[in-house]
Amino acid sequence: MGPTLPLFPEQASNFASEVDLLYLFFVVVTVIFSIGIFGAIFIFAVKFRRKSPTEIPISTHTGMLLEVVWSVIPFGITMIMFAWGASIFFKESRPPDNATPMYVVGKQWMWKIQHPEGQREINELHVPTGRPIKLTMTSEDVIHSFYIPAFRTKQDVVPGRYSTIWFIPTKPGKYHLFCAEYCGTKHSGMIGWVYVMDPEKYQEWLNGGAPMGSMAEKGGKLFDDLACANCHKPDGSGRCPSLVGLYRRHVQLADGRVITADEAYLRESILQPDAKVAAGFQPLMPTFQGLVNEEGVVELIEYIKSLSPAPGTGAASVNVPTPAGEYKQLPPGMEQPAIGNSVPQKR
Amino acid sequence: MITAAVQQRENYLTAGHGLKSWLLTKDHKRIALLYFFTITVFFFLGGVFASMIRLELITPQGDLMSSDTYNKMFTMHGIIMVFFFLVPSIPATLGNFFLPIMIGARDLAFPRINLLSWYLLVIGGGFALFAMFAGGVDTGWTFYTPYSTTYSNTWVLATAVGVFIAGFSSILTGLNFIVTVHRMRAPGMTWFRMPLFVWANYATALIQVLGTPVLAVTLVLVFAERALHIGIFDPALGGDPVLFQHLFWFYSHPAVYIMVLPGMGVISELISTFSRKPVYGYSFIAASSLAIAIIGFLVWGHHLFVSTQSVYAGMVFSFLSYFVAIPSAIKVFNWTATLYKGSISFETPMLYAFGFIGLFTIGGLTGLFLASLGLDVHVTDTYFVIAHFHYVMVGGTIMAYLGGIHYWWPKMTGRMYPDGWAKLSAGIIFLGFNLTFFPQFILGYMGMPRRYHAYPDEFQVLHVLSSAGASVLAIGYLLPAIYFAWSLKYGPVAGPNPWGATGLEWKTDSPPPTHNFDEIPVVNHEAYDYTSVEAELA
Repeated sequence: MGPTLPLFPEQASNFASEVDLLYLFFVVVTVIFSIGIFGAIFIFAVKFRRKSPTEIPISTHTGMLLEVVWSVIPFGITMIMFAWGASIFFKESRPPDNATPMYVVGKQWMWKIQHPEGQREINELHVPTGRPIKLTMTSEDVIHSFYIPAFRTKQDVVPGRYSTIWFIPTKPGKYHLFCAEYCGTKHSGMIGWVYVMDPEKYQEWLNGGAPMGSMAEKGGKLFDDLACANCHKPDGSGRCPSLVGLYRRHVQLADGRVITADEAYLRESILQPDAKVAAGFQPLMPTFQGLVNEEGVVELIEYIKSLSPAPGTGAASVNVPTPAGEYKQLPPGMEQPAIGNSVPQKR
Repeated sequence: MITAAVQQRENYLTAGHGLKSWLLTKDHKRIALLYFFTITVFFFLGGVFASMIRLELITPQGDLMSSDTYNKMFTMHGIIMVFFFLVPSIPATLGNFFLPIMIGARDLAFPRINLLSWYLLVIGGGFALFAMFAGGVDTGWTFYTPYSTTYSNTWVLATAVGVFIAGFSSILTGLNFIVTVHRMRAPGMTWFRMPLFVWANYATALIQVLGTPVLAVTLVLVFAERALHIGIFDPALGGDPVLFQHLFWFYSHPAVYIMVLPGMGVISELISTFSRKPVYGYSFIAASSLAIAIIGFLVWGHHLFVSTQSVYAGMVFSFLSYFVAIPSAIKVFNWTATLYKGSISFETPMLYAFGFIGLFTIGGLTGLFLASLGLDVHVTDTYFVIAHFHYVMVGGTIMAYLGGIHYWWPKMTGRMYPDGWAKLSAGIIFLGFNLTFFPQFILGYMGMPRRYHAYPDEFQVLHVLSSAGASVLAIGYLLPAIYFAWSLKYGPVAGPNPWGATGLEWKTDSPPPTHNFDEIPVVNHEAYDYTSVEAELA
């Protein structure tokens, strides 16, 4: 045998111990049922083995009560399994508002990661302990899946859309990062390391690299290079809506829908401007598909997020036909999930 | 004297001679044997691919073959085993042979369509084999887009055409079974007198007819995008890659029940025969087959929990997935209860039945892990999933299939096989199976992803155990091929009812005559009424 044969990966995120506890519950239920069934079969097989070749046992009548009991009890147990698993999943799907944003672009066969401060990494992710981190992820080609076993969490990374994953790293160390969705030749080479560091060490690491400016600064440069400001004027006087304070606000669309301006909406509006046109504006904007890559898009998004609203201006220009405040609270059951703006944009 | 008489009577095997009499036969029993031969070839071919996978994974480095070759190995293993072995396995062989006889019919409702469905499987298999020998295919058996439609440089289209055609084989078999069960039951063979094997195949046939067309449509869409560049799934062409997963699993999750329900039917027969008792909770087992068939269509989204499907859709699919667990549990409990106060004997088929219940129980219970959202996020796309579905598909379906073959072999061929060898191989298979797949549960929870050609060193111990188990398993699978072949010539003559079983198939000769019965039987007792065979046991 090898040196060790551990049964669990390390627990290095806020979810790890919760998932392990749930797993243990399932294992216990499995063992109890298995032993019950195997034990019953073994006992019956020995006790009621055939004594003579002509033996015909008396047949037993089906007991309705027994059938009900052994349907209802397992059903009750499975409902516990459902509720417990769903509650963890629900938590995993709701990044807290104060989570530090980072960006992941998957491509055959590497992970490209960008920190808001501007640091770029390939197949490595440095994160501090104790702080919620939210990764916004997309793929440049096929479907990948971002998987950190020590964090017990995983999320597919899909071309053409954003997915998110969040966690609070809890234990400094070096952990596997895997691609879990088969993506072609070097699928098993699309791996890397997650370095969880104490906050001070992380800060040192951030300072150690010499980034070319934060993501928002790079996005701002891109914004100028692409001449976005010609139409998107900050004061709303341009032909297109002002982007100041847009992030996470509700936007009235030309077709009557109201959506939240999250990362997915911003990305779509850059690459497919006609898909969701803000009410009161003409669909004038050309697509920037091909002019800006996924990494550029996330820099633009960080730039837009950095445009804090100047008091009293900006906001109105986005919601022109809408009385201010009307859409602050979305009615439940509308297209957007009713659990808040921070829900990852999933379809 | 009796032996001589049996051998002199004409049966379905002696009714015609030469290749033509087989290739143009309309006899469901001969078609069943055509299927048996065909899927056995596919089984061993799929097994060769599996062996290559296990050989490669003995060491952490990808050193035996290139990444591309490895990717083709697991893809072709999956495609062959799922579409060309497991889906046709029990229905097309044992079902084809025994479903008509068990309800007292002379053949299936549409004998020519039955033959056509075999040809479709062979033609579909031909396309798949062509793809494999022309260079292989590397998409995984799941054909996920946009990899399969845009990025793969392998023989995706030929394979998809093969699977598409084989799908029609499955649809036609299902159609034939449904009509046969509705229209051709013998006098007195009411619905609730049918053997549970017939119920299971009937439920399976419903899924085949309702589900398989969706697979066909999905493959047509893959074809349209890959060959004609019509944007459906690839976002670069304006498509939605996750749409493919919905369509694919809308068929492929019910297809899991296409693969396992007939096996459950076999187990009901075996448990009853070898404990000489009517199956406990007969109507619950029959109804649970239908419940599985129906609910099985509502749970496909549990394959998409981390796919970017909405959180709420995930919750609904998780909730519904637990509903489908209950009918399976009901079956296991009722089989166990059947043994109570029975007269239990331990012939080879019964050993397989015990093996099935044990392995299916573990396979089913670990399915609960995967239906749980919080756990699935961690273990989906890992070896945990691989272990789970091999416990269901290999530990379940293949154990049932082998149990069924051992049970009905004397009826199909008129000969017994050597019981000692058969028990030995059943034991080897059980041990080899567990050694192969149990370590994979641990690997999966440790975080070992699926479809990895090379892997980190810390997983090696478990991979070596798994590969060692696979070599034991391979021996277990090769032994029956040898002793079954031996028994065709040298096996003792079986007689019509060697097990003292109750079904109508045991009321006719071994092997049966071409028209199954000299006279259509009249059924005047419930299923599994052992007082009706009292005279034969004495």
